[in-house]
Amino acid sequence: MSATSATPVTAVDADVAAYALRLGDDALVLGQRLGEWAAKSPQLEEDVALLNLALDHLGVARSLLSYVGTIDGTGRSEDDIAFLRDEPAFTNALLMELEGGDFGRTTARQLLVASYQLPLWQALASSTDPEIAGVAGKAVKEVAYHLDHARSWVVRLGDGTAESHRRVQTGLDEVWPYAAELFERDALVDRLVARGVAADPALLEPAWRATVEDVLAEATLTVPETSWRPTGGRTGAHTTGFGYLLAELQHLHRSHPGASW
Amino acid sequence: MDVAAVAQVESPLEQQFQALVDADGRVEPRDWMPDGYRKTLVRQIAQHAHSEIIGMQPEGNWITRAPSLRRKCILVAKVQDEAGHGLYLYSAAETLGVDRDELLDLLHTGRQKYSTIFNYPTTSWADVAAIGWLVDGAAIMNQVPLTRCSYGPYARAMIRVCKEESFHQRQGFEAMTVLANGTPAQRQMAQDALDRWWWPALMMFGPSDTDSPNSAQSMTWGIKRFSNDELRQRFVDATVPQAEHLGLTVPDPDLTWNGEHYVSGEIDWTEFFTVMKGDGPCNRERIANRVAAHDEGAWVREAAAAYAAKQQARSASQGVAA
Repeated sequence: MSATSATPVTAVDADVAAYALRLGDDALVLGQRLGEWAAKSPQLEEDVALLNLALDHLGVARSLLSYVGTIDGTGRSEDDIAFLRDEPAFTNALLMELEGGDFGRTTARQLLVASYQLPLWQALASSTDPEIAGVAGKAVKEVAYHLDHARSWVVRLGDGTAESHRRVQTGLDEVWPYAAELFERDALVDRLVARGVAADPALLEPAWRATVEDVLAEATLTVPETSWRPTGGRTGAHTTGFGYLLAELQHLHRSHPGASW
Repeated sequence: MDVAAVAQVESPLEQQFQALVDADGRVEPRDWMPDGYRKTLVRQIAQHAHSEIIGMQPEGNWITRAPSLRRKCILVAKVQDEAGHGLYLYSAAETLGVDRDELLDLLHTGRQKYSTIFNYPTTSWADVAAIGWLVDGAAIMNQVPLTRCSYGPYARAMIRVCKEESFHQRQGFEAMTVLANGTPAQRQMAQDALDRWWWPALMMFGPSDTDSPNSAQSMTWGIKRFSNDELRQRFVDATVPQAEHLGLTVPDPDLTWNGEHYVSGEIDWTEFFTVMKGDGPCNRERIANRVAAHDEGAWVREAAAAYAAKQQARSASQGVAA
């Protein structure tokens, strides 16, 4: 191997960078929310499980954000990207940033996210972008477990007691409208679907809906009906609570400019 | 029951038990064991399990604020390990005929203790590093001998726990090294954390040998292998050179080298007993948080139980139908 090929120069690809940033921000922000559960879960097994979910998402975030810095022409590190951007520069879906609420709401969100990410990572495992395909190949194994975990809890809560049924239905009703944003198309997605880089949202939604409806039926829960489709995350228009999430995430890092940790 | 009186009983079962322990054999859950042995183990394993789960709080406190993604992942994994250790240890205690809910209730109502170290606040990021370096370092000194404890399930749980603790200690020291070699503010943060955690870490080994009533019996039973002061000395000898390597100052003006060991100044035992009895900086907060998580999760545990019962009833009625 020659010295030059050991340090490959990655061409700037703004589209791939923007798409990888969306995926990376989804993972970072959801990982941050799941990390809030430390020492607060209903039982010890769930402390292990929720932190494991957090760790999987943070692992995906690190890979993708590092990649973004190499192809967006800025040379930023994963930490530069995670800690030194303000709200409008984050492009995660709003669903990821919603407050966790109680275990019913957290579990409902996990079901919606895992049911989306399973077909997403399956599709991206054969992305024409080798870095994204590599991340997806690893994530697809993790998300299969995430979906099993979410499914088993949604069913137990839905078909458990009257109280648990009420709580998980309420949580589901609250997070459900935000799922629509996951399947939105814009010019970026269209261009990248055409290049074989991105997953086609039109193909993801039916798979998502089939999984979710199957679980909700088994859980004796009602599929929410809503005309409200909150959106804006992909273009940097976030919810009120997101500012607080970023304040907590970024405060220490920003208080010591240039420091290593 | 008076523990000393139990030890003097010379029944054949007792003799057989002591012979097994003396021969470095392992006592298993179905074996006969003295009541005092069982009670001592339940208390010790439960206290250890409680320490793991209460210990998730001071460190978990920094997960959302960790200063880099790498540190965040390491910390999440560490806190997750602590929950896992709690699980193994409660399971080990359950082999002695108690159950986890009963033990959690004893913790929540203050009738069982956890390590005094977790009653101190983690007010800076360097505290996370200091806990890994000092608290996990002290825990390893205490716990490695327990891998040879006479009670099999506890000894086996400790083998896995110690492997992970050893990783935690190394990452803590590494995090501390980065701070100690960082900016002046980071270095100050590291020294401040050492100042606050040094003495509480030394107290983790328990009262001095002259004031440790249960130690002799635990040694006879093969539960304890080394005295509190012996283990504390090993920790001091291992850790003082590490602090010197970091260029940090151990907050003990009386610390001396006697040619063989580092000799510490006098530990403030009043502080130790104050914290142990419940009046440390965070005792109330730790228990309140634990009880809140448990109470707020009651509906989830009830749902899981109700669902399991429904499933059982469904499969029973299917069995009847078939």
